[in-house]
Amino acid sequence: MSEHALKPDVLGGPWMREKFFLGMSLRAYAKSLLTPVNAIATAILLAGIPTIAYRFWKGLGATTNLSQTNAWGIWVAFDVICGVALAAGGYTVACAVYIFGQKAYRPILRPAILTGFLGYALVLFGLVVDLGQPWRLPYQFFLTPGTTAVMYEVGWCVFLYLMVLGLEFAPAALEWLGLVKLRRVLGSLTIGIIVLGVTLSTLHQSSLGAFFLMTPGKLHPLWYSPFLPIFFFVSSITAGIGMVVVESALSHRAFHDRLDPAAPVDLDRITLGLAKGGAIVLFAYFFIRLQGLVASGRFDLLATGWGAWYLFEMLGFVLLPCLLFAVAARRGGATLARVAGVLTVLGVILNRFNVSLIAFNWNVPNRYFPSAGEVITSLTIVTIGVLIFRWIVNRMPVVHEHPDWRGAH
Amino acid sequence: MKLNRRTLFKLGAVAGAAGAAGIATTSRASVASASKGARGVLVDTTRCVGCRGCEAACAEANTLAGPEMPGDDAVFASKRATSPTAFTVVQKGTQKSPTGEDRFAKMQCMHCVEPACASGCVVKALEKTADGPVVYHTDRCLGCRYCMIVCPFGVPKYEFASVTPLVKKCTFCAGRQAQGLPPACTEVCPSGALQFGKRADLLEEAKTRIYTNPEKYVHKVYGEDEAGGTSWLYISDVPFESLTLPAGIEKKPYPELADGALSAVPFVITLWPPLLMGMYTFSKRRDEVAAAEGTGKQEEGHV
Repeated sequence: MSEHALKPDVLGGPWMREKFFLGMSLRAYAKSLLTPVNAIATAILLAGIPTIAYRFWKGLGATTNLSQTNAWGIWVAFDVICGVALAAGGYTVACAVYIFGQKAYRPILRPAILTGFLGYALVLFGLVVDLGQPWRLPYQFFLTPGTTAVMYEVGWCVFLYLMVLGLEFAPAALEWLGLVKLRRVLGSLTIGIIVLGVTLSTLHQSSLGAFFLMTPGKLHPLWYSPFLPIFFFVSSITAGIGMVVVESALSHRAFHDRLDPAAPVDLDRITLGLAKGGAIVLFAYFFIRLQGLVASGRFDLLATGWGAWYLFEMLGFVLLPCLLFAVAARRGGATLARVAGVLTVLGVILNRFNVSLIAFNWNVPNRYFPSAGEVITSLTIVTIGVLIFRWIVNRMPVVHEHPDWRGAH
Repeated sequence: MKLNRRTLFKLGAVAGAAGAAGIATTSRASVASASKGARGVLVDTTRCVGCRGCEAACAEANTLAGPEMPGDDAVFASKRATSPTAFTVVQKGTQKSPTGEDRFAKMQCMHCVEPACASGCVVKALEKTADGPVVYHTDRCLGCRYCMIVCPFGVPKYEFASVTPLVKKCTFCAGRQAQGLPPACTEVCPSGALQFGKRADLLEEAKTRIYTNPEKYVHKVYGEDEAGGTSWLYISDVPFESLTLPAGIEKKPYPELADGALSAVPFVITLWPPLLMGMYTFSKRRDEVAAAEGTGKQEEGHV
């Protein structure tokens, strides 16, 4: 516990150096930041932050391509609806490790929870940018709650789940800061917190689909279904698995020096386990989507252009990754599993875009296409997430276990 | 199971979730459905002459800029929609009547009996009143624009140009109605195309006109069951689509479409935590047995 001996002190002192400057002097640390990746990130932020400021100064009309017929754009479709789905890795892996007792997935648990936590925080940020009067966001909780609204339930769930994710990730931060007592208390709460997190996720992941239950006629019949909440819930699990496969592969490479040489992680083996789960869930998802089609009885629409687009999504981004995951799991091809993971993630993004933008208002003459400002803003939000993720992983025990807390809850 | 601290925490989590169930109780009953005395307007499009007096009266009553191109019929050349500064517009139909006259239809909020917008509003900014109007509370709206997403008639419009934007739509002159006055548009209509009254009476009146002139009218009251019924009712002697009234609207009340999903919420909240706790107990027991047998399999997991 040598770290506990270090006390906070002046900038550049040993505590700051250890905790914030990765053990380097201030000057050496500043120099280490001059990398091509940081240059790109800086360029994005330099374009994005003034764009966001401009949006609040001049309004939505000045920055977006939203219109009276297209009331929602990519700030809802990508930042919020895709964002929530792509942050599903947190509850998926937490459920596997703690509830189903699949301890082999422990090494990827904390990165998944951190991705989830940052994902939800950025969903909230995206929402604030998109809402006309975001300062009224708390009204739904105490002033004039619209209890009949699907969004009311989503609001509560996302708000509570953000706190749950904070608690799920807090052990890493407490281990980093050496706050032993608090860390131990939190450890004893783990299972309760995880159960709450899975329950809240089940609710709001499905309810995002329920947003569109009141839009028959506006959402193309190939995507509109009374089963939309179930589609959204099951596909959030596929998104969680896909994101974890992709994110762990990237992290493993990018944070190689942060891995614990004393406890080597066989990521290929973990990936193949995920591939098996991914194949099963994608297969189930493919068939419940088919059931939706059967229930609607609109096979005739498959012969239209929209039908081709529907099949593109269903075959190319649901069935194909399902088969690739299955082949990878059977033959032991971790690289193939990662390809399938990428396809799965793209498939969920494609599905959310189809439901909320592309196949929505399909019969309206003036279609929406995002403005440059909207794209830059979304890009900025993702960049902020990646930078915070990297900052935390480089400091806290995320991709490796803290030596004092090995195997602890 | 021995009741120790750990168990208490687990119970606490379950109780917490059950408490959330109380918060998330959802019921359509709180969207006041129209009472028997709820008001409506009957639009007899066979009587409308397209003078657009209603547009001018609406602008005056709501202190909006006056209608574009007043008194100029050239305005009918392009298809117009309501906007943040025009809560009602009169459109010329694409089909002439059997007698060769132009047909027009006035567009505005339909004031659904069970409105999708109000049931979907997270802050109750839109509310259905017992008298009929769907009213908007400017001091509540947070600008999520979900009302625009769900409205089957495309009515709510948003002030995208503003930094403190609001939703804008026809108010059914709720303020005037509260003072015992009819909506401004119905008051000025010179041809008797707009008739204000109790919805139930107007529905009878509409059907009486159809029954007594079966050759003249299309045998349908638009709004009787569109989206579960609307306060504004239309009768016509040309197809309703030609009057640019949206076709193919679901016949059931829109809030009903989300009922199934909302009613599942309390079940998930009460059933998921014990189910998950049960699974946790099983997997923990499995690990304990494996550890006791010294197989060491629990560390391998099931990859």
